[in-house]
Amino acid sequence: MKGLPPVLITAIVLVAGFVLCALQFPNIASTRVVCNLLTDNAFLGIVATGMTFVIISGGIDLSVGSVIGFTTVFVALAIERWGMPPLVAFVAILALSAAFGAAMGAVIHLFDLPPFIVTLAGMFLARGASFLLSTESVPITAPIYSTVSDFALRLPGGGRLTAVAIIMLVIVIGGALLLQLTRFGANVYALGGSRITASLMGVAVGKMTIRIYMLSSLLAGIAGIVFSFYTGAGYSLSAVGVELDTIAAVVIGGTLLTGGQGSVVGTFLGVLIQGLIQTYINFDGTLSSWWTKIATGVLLFAFIALQQVMIAIARRPAVRPAGATP
Amino acid sequence: METGPDSAPCLLEVRGISKSFGAVRALQDVDFTLRAGEIHALLGENGAGKSTLIKVVTGIFPRDAGIVRLGGVEVAPRSSKAALEAGIATVYQEVNLLPNLSVAQNLFLDRQPMRFGIVREGEMRRRANALLAGFGLDIDVAAPLGSYSVAIQHVTAIARAVDLSARVLILDEPTASLDRHEVEILFKIMRQLAGRGIGIVFVSHFLDQVYEISDRITVLRNGRLVGERETASLPRLELIRMMLGRELAETTSARASAGEHQARGVCASFKGYGKAGYVAPFDLELRHGEVVGLAGLLGSGRTETARLVFGAERSDQGQAKVEGAPARLQTPRDGVRHGFGYCPEERKTEGIVAELTVRENIVLALQAKRGLHRPLSRREQDEIAARYVKMLDIRPPDPERPVGLLSGGNQQKVLLARWLATSPRLLVLDEPTRGIDVGAHAEIIRLIRELCDDGLALLVISSELDEIVTYSDRVVVLRDRAHVEELQGEAIDVSNILAAIAADGSTIAQEGRP
Repeated sequence: MKGLPPVLITAIVLVAGFVLCALQFPNIASTRVVCNLLTDNAFLGIVATGMTFVIISGGIDLSVGSVIGFTTVFVALAIERWGMPPLVAFVAILALSAAFGAAMGAVIHLFDLPPFIVTLAGMFLARGASFLLSTESVPITAPIYSTVSDFALRLPGGGRLTAVAIIMLVIVIGGALLLQLTRFGANVYALGGSRITASLMGVAVGKMTIRIYMLSSLLAGIAGIVFSFYTGAGYSLSAVGVELDTIAAVVIGGTLLTGGQGSVVGTFLGVLIQGLIQTYINFDGTLSSWWTKIATGVLLFAFIALQQVMIAIARRPAVRPAGATP
Repeated sequence: METGPDSAPCLLEVRGISKSFGAVRALQDVDFTLRAGEIHALLGENGAGKSTLIKVVTGIFPRDAGIVRLGGVEVAPRSSKAALEAGIATVYQEVNLLPNLSVAQNLFLDRQPMRFGIVREGEMRRRANALLAGFGLDIDVAAPLGSYSVAIQHVTAIARAVDLSARVLILDEPTASLDRHEVEILFKIMRQLAGRGIGIVFVSHFLDQVYEISDRITVLRNGRLVGERETASLPRLELIRMMLGRELAETTSARASAGEHQARGVCASFKGYGKAGYVAPFDLELRHGEVVGLAGLLGSGRTETARLVFGAERSDQGQAKVEGAPARLQTPRDGVRHGFGYCPEERKTEGIVAELTVRENIVLALQAKRGLHRPLSRREQDEIAARYVKMLDIRPPDPERPVGLLSGGNQQKVLLARWLATSPRLLVLDEPTRGIDVGAHAEIIRLIRELCDDGLALLVISSELDEIVTYSDRVVVLRDRAHVEELQGEAIDVSNILAAIAADGSTIAQEGRP
């Protein structure tokens, strides 16, 4: 119900873009390419789901890229060097990242600091910590990695819906349900409307802030594990700048950067649009992959401009005197 | 009501509350008693401590001393949430709901009907409809709250508060942004609720409304309790005396004779000035030492006229002259360059910079006029600030206090000081007394007259006709975005203004807001 029109616009852009790409490269319209697109962007979809909650609540989380990087290094070292069973390593890193997010949320709330600054600090902290662990790429050879990489649901048309894509879809659907159907979700919107008012209305703002950033970091941790599946290694420089791609996906998905409106579904579409642009560039073969960034930038501008226009229209009072003009 | 408020049991007892902010004692040993089923007006000038009292009772501010008993049981809520749970709900002037959520979500935020951890949207909407029906409201509860009028938002806020099993309902300036008809609806609801045994605290500076709706009145002044009286036995003059602690300055006889002003020069004149679809073309002459009042209903084109005069809006026809010379007034900069000043109605959003100090706010326009390369020295700033703090009696008299911490009336004075510091030739005041109590009212009116006697030309907008009559040398009446009448001298009185506004009978009924 909330922010439906922007989501529709995102959907239209995606479909139109897909049709255009498919007209030029008919192969794009195949389950194989679509599944690859989902696999390639699985980590982005997961972390963007968390970012959607943060941005709707009126905040921002700049630390997610670093948390992904830290996670890959931690998981790789834990399994390869410290001899942890992979599942234990996963649980440990998820607990760690959730605690990290909770701590950022607590700092934001208790000291009434701008999320931008706190998560910027978190970004440096997590990135620095991953360098502390290891500066070089650590390949992961645990059997579970090849098992997971090989696992895929075969779809008609040669598509392989991989495990990481499935994880991403489950998280996106779960995130959408959490946001739209639960009290937690309603409170996220409430916070984005106005923290002070939400607090006056009885929403436990502190608890909510902590949980929202915890959710974002937890999903960044999951995205990090997925990323390690995807690359088969842990590297402290991985996922640099992903927080910005994530924010772009959220905004292109129709979420208001100032909070209060948006949806996980829109974010998912935003991720797919970015993936589609990347796929197109791959198919074309002559374009530099940096064109992805340029196209994303243009889209971002277009969507922000669109949001401002919509806000302006919504604010324009409908009392223009009819026929008062002489 | 079969049982008078007197026999009703005591619902909320506040005893000996004190609260200080730093060295400022906002509340000193204040008592307040609310009985079940009564509507109790809490009155006082700006800075009297009404808001502080409410915030202390509802736990937003911790108190320094005193106790609060609700239904005989001592309560000490540490947050507004705890106060709500205890049964004390507050509805503030600025609607404290979330415009981006649906009406239903607003009503049931954080207490939605749930099943297996999932909000039952249908059930929630049904309950919301049922709840609002009790208040005579039949609206689409799935639509965002922000898409409805302020009145509906207020009723929604009250409905939410009452549904939270509130026994005490505090309404802080609930009528400030409502029109007459909406006020009627609100009062009906308040009477209903009081009939159900809910105690209502009504904070307002509209004395007419206080007399219309309240059973009892408690007056605060400078953070102390002045007294508690029954409304029916309290003459208005006595009430005002309680609020001000002094006789209200005589303001009505201040109007100078028309002849005296004819000698003075024309400051600015407008011929056929207007903008299509905004304000119909008008002629207007503003003379030195003269106050021109703009009267009319909300949305009649008063503010629009003021904005055109100042240059805040571009005109697309007509001519403007300043001191006899043709002038271009298309941007606020033009206005400032010609020595115009403009105090807008929305002082929070368009006027003051809440985070800056009184001093910084006062020198803002003067500094802008001088340009950045000629900064005012700190000593000059201090002098200017001190002068206006004294001249306008800004309280507390601390130039280094952030303006956001001042009361509304004092914020208005700071805004006035800012323009006065630029020694303007014309000052446009849009609703200078809105949201200000009686005392500050009289003072602002006195100031307006004084400024005018110093040769300033003033254009003042006000919804308070009594007030306009008091200080205006001429009154321009607007209706439907056009100037319809100009009254002078003896002709200026409330009934003439009303007659001009009502000349076309159909318009008065639809007191629409923009």
